[in-house]
Amino acid sequence: MDLPQALLYVAGAVLLGLAGVGVGVGVGVLGARFLEGIARQPELLPMLRTQFFIVMGLVDAIPIIGVAIALYILFAVVGG
Amino acid sequence: MASEILTSNEYIKHHLQNWVFGQHADGSWGFAHTAQEARQMGFWAIHLDTMLWSIVLGAAFLWLFSKVGKSATSSAPGPLQNFVEWVVEFIDENVRSSFTAKNDMVAPLALTLFVWVLLMNTMDLVPVDWLPLTAQFIGQLFGADPHHVFFKVVPTTDPNATFGMAFGVFYLMLYYSFKMKGPIGFAAELTMQPFQAANPILKILFVPVNLFLEGISLISKPVSLSLRLFGNLFAGEMIFILIALLFSGGWILGLMGGLLQWAWAVFHILIVLLQAFIFMTLTVVYLDMAHHEH
Repeated sequence: MDLPQALLYVAGAVLLGLAGVGVGVGVGVLGARFLEGIARQPELLPMLRTQFFIVMGLVDAIPIIGVAIALYILFAVVGG
Repeated sequence: MASEILTSNEYIKHHLQNWVFGQHADGSWGFAHTAQEARQMGFWAIHLDTMLWSIVLGAAFLWLFSKVGKSATSSAPGPLQNFVEWVVEFIDENVRSSFTAKNDMVAPLALTLFVWVLLMNTMDLVPVDWLPLTAQFIGQLFGADPHHVFFKVVPTTDPNATFGMAFGVFYLMLYYSFKMKGPIGFAAELTMQPFQAANPILKILFVPVNLFLEGISLISKPVSLSLRLFGNLFAGEMIFILIALLFSGGWILGLMGGLLQWAWAVFHILIVLLQAFIFMTLTVVYLDMAHHEH
């Protein structure tokens, strides 16, 4: 395998990995606060759940785009 | 599934290519037969598959909801009317909670955007090869080479469609900003914050900085709105295509692929719903911001 191809594999792996790290921290903090909020005020659960999913969709967007581009690089650009 | 002639690489690229109509490099008009030809067509190329599916789904939504609306009855509503009422109430509730100004146009817009985006996203759950293979078959009947028939089913995996919708929302934001605040109010909003000062000289000095910051936040709204929807659906489609590659690898891999496809489809229902909902909510929130002075 020549260097440019190997670098593309590394690029895909770094993209996938960093996307995972970022979304892990983001959704982790979000979920912790969500549970904390419910534990304090259980009657707010329906409202908090909607907001939780909205914010999770926002947090999730960039990593999932990264995953798509990484998979595209790994399978369509370098893969044969 | 991937035929013997196609490598997995070509299979993926074939699936990611739109059905394009435009002007060829030699000046004649027609369909693009390869991805390279489609690229050469430049700006005035039209993605026929995106247009077809988005218009068909939009028309289906309008037809269904207007049919139910016309024959609505209060005595004994059928299941269809109950469903439509539930959707309308859901949107109404959401718009009421996040839109505080008075505008009769926003709730119908939110309903249209939500159901339309949802329908377009739902096309992602149709197995990736069914409709393209059908299109190839139909194309063959009209004398086209099946390898030149490209058909991308999900309109929201085409950035042209999502950017088109986001520009529509952006236009409405600008329109209502001008209408509600007037040109001076809108200009003041862009230039007088976030840095404020009582001293008139400092105020003038802050104008370019504020304009730069506010300009970025204004432009980033439609861009992030469209890229978020496109990215999520493109990722989902990409993973479906990769799973579909497994079907060409013998029956054990094929069985695994079937299970994986089912699992990803179940997970993807969440994304499909969530992204349609986020698109709608953010549209309402942006329009709400356009109606209020800060």
